[in-house]
Amino acid sequence: MTALAAPPEATPEAPGPPPPRRRLTPYWLLLPAALWLLVFFAAPLVYQASTSVQSGSFEEGFEVTWRWANYTEALDTYAEHFARSFGYAAAATVLCLAIGYPLAYMIAFRAGRWRGVLLVLVIAPFFTSFLIRTLAWKTILSDNGPLVGALDTLHVLDVTATLGLTTDDRLLATPLAVVCGLTYNFLPFMILPLYTSLERVDPGLHEAAQDLYARPLTVFRRVTLPLSMPGVVAGTLLTFIPASGDYINAQLLGSPKEQMVGNAIQKQFLNVLDYPTAAAMSFLLMAAILIMVTVYIRRAGTEELV
Amino acid sequence: MDPFASLPEPVARAWERSLTSGRAAVSRRRLLAAGGALAGAAALPALGACGIPAADTGGEDGEAAAARDYSGKEKELAFSNWPLYIDVDDENENVRPTLERFQERSGIRVAYTEDVNDNVEFFGRIKPQLAAGQDTGRDLVCLSDFMAGRLIRHGWAQRLDPRNLPHANVNLEPRFRNAAHDPGRQFTMPWAGLATVVAYNKKATGGREVSSVAQLMEDEALKGKVSLLTEMQDTIGMTLIDMGKSPTKFTDDDFDAALARVQKAVDDDQLRRFTGNDYTEELVKGDIAACLAWAGDIVQLQLDTDDIEFVIPAKGYLYATDDLLVPARARHKTNAEKLIDYYYRPDVAAELAAWVNYICPVVGARAEMKKIDASLADYPLIFPDRQMIDKGQVFMSMNDDKETAYQDKWSKVIGA
Repeated sequence: MTALAAPPEATPEAPGPPPPRRRLTPYWLLLPAALWLLVFFAAPLVYQASTSVQSGSFEEGFEVTWRWANYTEALDTYAEHFARSFGYAAAATVLCLAIGYPLAYMIAFRAGRWRGVLLVLVIAPFFTSFLIRTLAWKTILSDNGPLVGALDTLHVLDVTATLGLTTDDRLLATPLAVVCGLTYNFLPFMILPLYTSLERVDPGLHEAAQDLYARPLTVFRRVTLPLSMPGVVAGTLLTFIPASGDYINAQLLGSPKEQMVGNAIQKQFLNVLDYPTAAAMSFLLMAAILIMVTVYIRRAGTEELV
Repeated sequence: MDPFASLPEPVARAWERSLTSGRAAVSRRRLLAAGGALAGAAALPALGACGIPAADTGGEDGEAAAARDYSGKEKELAFSNWPLYIDVDDENENVRPTLERFQERSGIRVAYTEDVNDNVEFFGRIKPQLAAGQDTGRDLVCLSDFMAGRLIRHGWAQRLDPRNLPHANVNLEPRFRNAAHDPGRQFTMPWAGLATVVAYNKKATGGREVSSVAQLMEDEALKGKVSLLTEMQDTIGMTLIDMGKSPTKFTDDDFDAALARVQKAVDDDQLRRFTGNDYTEELVKGDIAACLAWAGDIVQLQLDTDDIEFVIPAKGYLYATDDLLVPARARHKTNAEKLIDYYYRPDVAAELAAWVNYICPVVGARAEMKKIDASLADYPLIFPDRQMIDKGQVFMSMNDDKETAYQDKWSKVIGA
């Protein structure tokens, strides 16, 4: 390593490139993460990409034939699933924002000494597995359960049925149940980033705005909301992206008519054993999400996401 | 140790022939005659001719690569089974009485793992090792017949040695002997039989009886409260039977017709969901009023509640088996065979069936069951009576291409 050391005649005061060893340090520090990414992200991605342009059959094996038709066919057959996935994910994201923002605001500004407890309560559902939590909703939303009974008596189910969200006076196996399941499962991912960005807003700014005769609503609109935008953007992304790829909620809370693209990919991989189509669908899903996210971030105009 | 491993190909073939159809096999042949052992012998060359690229298998000709058998030296056995598929002690669920006794008697230490949750998923897990010609670390696995058939076709199952299976040879129910996926039972032995039947919750149907697949799909009173099974074989098989077709032998057109019926039920909002084992809670709650169900589940549900009823449709029902097989390159084949044979002792089989509640494939177990629990001995879903046996049909064995084509169409109907 002595060979890499700075030459003795170089004066320490002279501004110049840092000694080579120090220049390399960041790369050494990056190495573990880079390796991790290479092995668990880049390599599988390349493998998946190659699978998506293969053709053949399970029995005879698959070969790379650059069959791009896998993509057009998948899009053709499963356009409805893609649309449904993004529709449900968008609905769930909007609901998460509507529920999560007031809650995060309350925890950040009004909770006082309860702040810690409330935050733990937000994270508490993670102590149970995703699957178990979703299964629990089957009991809560059961046809003969008190919730459906109450909603039916109040004629809420008639309203949702008119909107095409439910059928036959039931909640389970309807689009509403799937969207609610997604909302519930991804809500913490919305609340936490919202809370971190709201918590950083200096309450002094509120007082300053009020001193300048801003009404509470104006304070929120002109001060709080703009300052919390990074949280909103991060929260919506953390909710929308996993929600559009989710298949558990559609599987457990939906009927055959509510299946999402995740279900289709799973079936292609595990039951049909058509790996190329499944890989092509995964790529289409990734590409679609990437495009939407890019457009969204550009639109939201938030550079300082972190 | 595989007796044929070190012999040249023609000599090994001759040995095999003499064992399966020569004098050495006389006792076995007589036993198997009722079940069609001849078909098994006839299938030998057919299996050898299976088109599998050399890179894909450990074996030379599609026959399972019989690895060296270390059973003599290593008194061990790794057994992968489905959850809740073996008897456990009432007080301690980590104690499995029949398995404990096997270990005591044989001196073989069994590593019992409940890691088979789904045929296809499990196949995906062991396939890389099998394809690379490596040991999967498992000496005995329990898989449904269609999946066992896939392993056999690829040459990824080891041929069982009938000399190590004296009880199994004698006690295997005749009707399970000539299985389409494994003619003459050369590679597999059933662990339990599964019947697909119609089940309903009396309370949820308002006392209405549900007696056929047609009723599941068309009865307005059940709209939105019916579930069918995600397993293509089960639902399409039952639909074909309902249409008067045979699930054992049907054409692509028949398949499409059955598929169209299921699709119509989906379009009409008649069906609520397609399910795996998870229909049970919803059936008990009444969210599902009527469904296609597996008999073993129903036996257990009936113990818990009086509302659940099952019906063997007049036109028939579908049955299948979960089979034990030794994967290619497994190190302890003889130990595995000893365990298989042990579970074909009628007293052991009865003890297992009393706990598992699936169809018992062992002759003589019913008499033993009378000693354990007389009511279970007369239970047609565990020990089917003549009438029920006659109504049972199996789903045909398919090659992977056909299965893929059917699964592709099927997955679109079930919504994915």
